[in-house]
Amino acid sequence: MLTPYNTNLPPDLRRMKEEIEGYARDYGLDFYETIFEVIDADDLNEVAAYGGFPTRYPHWSFGMQYEELRKGYDYGLSKIYEMVINNDPCYAYLMRSNHAVDQKLVMSHVYGHCDFFKNNAYFAHTNRKMMDEMANHGARIRRYAEKYGEDEVETFMDRCMSIDDLIDIHSTAIRRRGDSTRYDFTPEPESEGDDVKATRFKSKDYMDDYINPRDILKKEEEERRKVKEEMARSFPEHPEKDVLLFLIENAPMKGWQRDVLSIIRDEAYYFTPQGQTKVINEGWASYWHSTMMTQKVLLPSEVIDYADHHSGTMAMQRGRLNPYKLGIELLRDIEHRWNTGKFGKDYDDCDDLDKRRKWDTQLGLGRKKIFEVRRVHNDITFIDTFLTPEFCVQHNLFSYAYQEQQGQYTIESREFEKIKQRLLFSLTNFGKPWIYVVDGNFRNRGELLLKHTFNGVELRLDHAADTLANIQFVWGRPVNLQTLVDGKPTMLSFDGTEHSIKTGGEIDDPRRTAPAKTR
Amino acid sequence: MGQKIERDHQRFRKLVRGKVKSNLSKYISRGEMIGKKGKDLVSIPLPSIDIPQFRYGTKGSGGVGQGQGQVGQPLGPGQDENAGGAGDQPGGHILEVELTMEEMAQILGEELSLPRIQPRGKKNIVSSHDKYTGIRQTGPESLRHFKRTFKRALKRQISSNTYNPQVPIVIPIRADKQYRSWKEVQQPQSVAVIVYMMDVSGSMTDEQKEIVRIEAFWIDTWIKAHYKGVETVYIIHDAAAQEVDEHTFYHTRESGGTKISSAYTLADKIIATRYPPDAWNIYAFHFSDGDNWGDDIPHCLELLSDKLLPRLNLFGYGQVESPYGSGEFYEYIHEMLGERDNVVCSRIPDRDAILGSIKEFLGTGR
Repeated sequence: MLTPYNTNLPPDLRRMKEEIEGYARDYGLDFYETIFEVIDADDLNEVAAYGGFPTRYPHWSFGMQYEELRKGYDYGLSKIYEMVINNDPCYAYLMRSNHAVDQKLVMSHVYGHCDFFKNNAYFAHTNRKMMDEMANHGARIRRYAEKYGEDEVETFMDRCMSIDDLIDIHSTAIRRRGDSTRYDFTPEPESEGDDVKATRFKSKDYMDDYINPRDILKKEEEERRKVKEEMARSFPEHPEKDVLLFLIENAPMKGWQRDVLSIIRDEAYYFTPQGQTKVINEGWASYWHSTMMTQKVLLPSEVIDYADHHSGTMAMQRGRLNPYKLGIELLRDIEHRWNTGKFGKDYDDCDDLDKRRKWDTQLGLGRKKIFEVRRVHNDITFIDTFLTPEFCVQHNLFSYAYQEQQGQYTIESREFEKIKQRLLFSLTNFGKPWIYVVDGNFRNRGELLLKHTFNGVELRLDHAADTLANIQFVWGRPVNLQTLVDGKPTMLSFDGTEHSIKTGGEIDDPRRTAPAKTR
Repeated sequence: MGQKIERDHQRFRKLVRGKVKSNLSKYISRGEMIGKKGKDLVSIPLPSIDIPQFRYGTKGSGGVGQGQGQVGQPLGPGQDENAGGAGDQPGGHILEVELTMEEMAQILGEELSLPRIQPRGKKNIVSSHDKYTGIRQTGPESLRHFKRTFKRALKRQISSNTYNPQVPIVIPIRADKQYRSWKEVQQPQSVAVIVYMMDVSGSMTDEQKEIVRIEAFWIDTWIKAHYKGVETVYIIHDAAAQEVDEHTFYHTRESGGTKISSAYTLADKIIATRYPPDAWNIYAFHFSDGDNWGDDIPHCLELLSDKLLPRLNLFGYGQVESPYGSGEFYEYIHEMLGERDNVVCSRIPDRDAILGSIKEFLGTGR
């Protein structure tokens, strides 16, 4: 296939690319046109520091990444193997100094990723012209830096990055808001009276006054109206997980600040699916490089080098989970199970271990199944659906937990349920706490109330306090966060000059206290 | 390519060094300090800045790993930072590697925030010249980059559809203008000699020599980073002094008495004959356990103040602690500190004190 782009691919690599692309299509992989760029190590470090994009906005954090990558490479400790961008066309980078067998491995791996980007449901919403978009973001921020001062813009960006994870990763798939907001003044279909009216119990005429006493009905109606008014006054109407969106829509920012914050939010959403599918995506790409390399591409003389590099990528450090390894093994396990029919009621109900081991219904649906898996799953659903007790035993998985007395992590369990729970927890919301905007007019003083939905692990307080300060800067008015500290409900607040912590009953939550007063 | 990341990288370095005021200063972690030192291995620090975010604390946290081990068995260190994540991050930020001497000096300088040495004397020519290194949006008109400016103007006109190929007129506006930017490059052209003197009398143990070796190594590294062609002279002494090569310097163990003046006399002779002070920056460092022959002390101080010090950029006296020595020499030499600003004394009781002592020696910027 002829590419319309001039990528300066040397002839040998071009031949290699065409060959591997052919195999990839034969196997049924489906991808956007993929462009390989051959670049030097230093440029690769730069591109990698920018997350794969040649042009992005200026920020020191990329410099920090770069220093780490460069030192790692210069001292021969680490090396970037592949770098591929979800874009149409897909861009991927090859390091000039790599051996032919490495280039083949990288190319095969890249086609796996490209197929995944194009077909996985969680990538469906991403901007496929992100390369241009990112450069655009860069130009905008550079312009602001020139106009409003580098330090000012950078400080503001630091603040934005401190909260760039407060987004609603599922909002791309779920509609959270109704079509009309209360600011729409088009008449609503149902009349207002309905949900304010008190519940009347069914009764015979002569009993009605006793079963539905009038003054009680009146009281109830009043109360309902009050609640409704309360609802109308408070905003957001429902707790909002997309804190960034809430700030962009409601915080009193300057024009450029609003734009900077939306740039950060856009990019956060763009990178979300890659974080959501780390295990399955890397597993899928590794599955395909290993399949293609061993079945088609490798020359006999390259086998040893390939095996060395493949096992290097798959290696587990003690006590750590390598997403490449976990992903490829789970996919292989699924393929095996669907080839042999080791699933479903009959298999699950079978108690005979020996029979289970030899189970084989010649089903042969393995390949088909993993293609389906790559289309519909993210890491959480992938592990939730396909992690089996046998798999945990076979791969020596364990869960670990923090022991407060010892001040260190120890192996907690080798039980399937526990492992699965820990694994899913670490993936849910990227292993980060859930923070919602509950009230944008807290205490009726324009303060912001955030809520940390507690699910077993408490926040790091020093970070939380400073993050709160960053939100306060954007919001302008005092900012509060409800959370749990040492098992007690606690309110962290920052009013622009001072941090405060209140525990337990001291919290004055008007919503909770309001109904009590009316009674 | 290269320019953009260079800017971001410089910015990061400035933040880390505290040259730029930032709210993030307390989130800078410096990796590990230098000091872990096997043969040629040092751990290089990899500073990083953690932007604060809402995140989980350690209490109640955990994760999943793979490998052998009984329930209840503690995991190794390095787990703490990334716990909670799926473990897709590389390990801690400490790398063990071999380094070039320049890099080592740079790291040393950064870690101890040492001032750059100001070479003295008229013969030390520091050449500096301006070098155009980049492009920026603002600058004097005389430095405007015509080609780039017009290219940008052309681009803008084409994209905004105001360019007519029949009448190819390109008019740059403010936003199109590009200017050259420059950097001042300095090159030290001076030469230096370092004279190391060590007491190898019976009271110096191997451990103390090791301390001297480490300290001398870092001093060497730092001074060499500032001069082209640094020469070193090694003198060992007990009751008599002799000039030796580097290997002998660190590996000799003599026995017998101590006469520090012998070393100073020899140093003076070497400097007078081989390194005229008007052409050389001269450094002298003397390491001893401070135990000297009683009658010799006045002679030493006389030699120092009359002959050596006027010629030296810096005289450093490092006293290692010895189980045998009395350590009295430190007190004597310390008295001279008030008068002379090119004398630095430092006590080095153990290995942990080496870094502090290096800072004392080199913190003068002389």
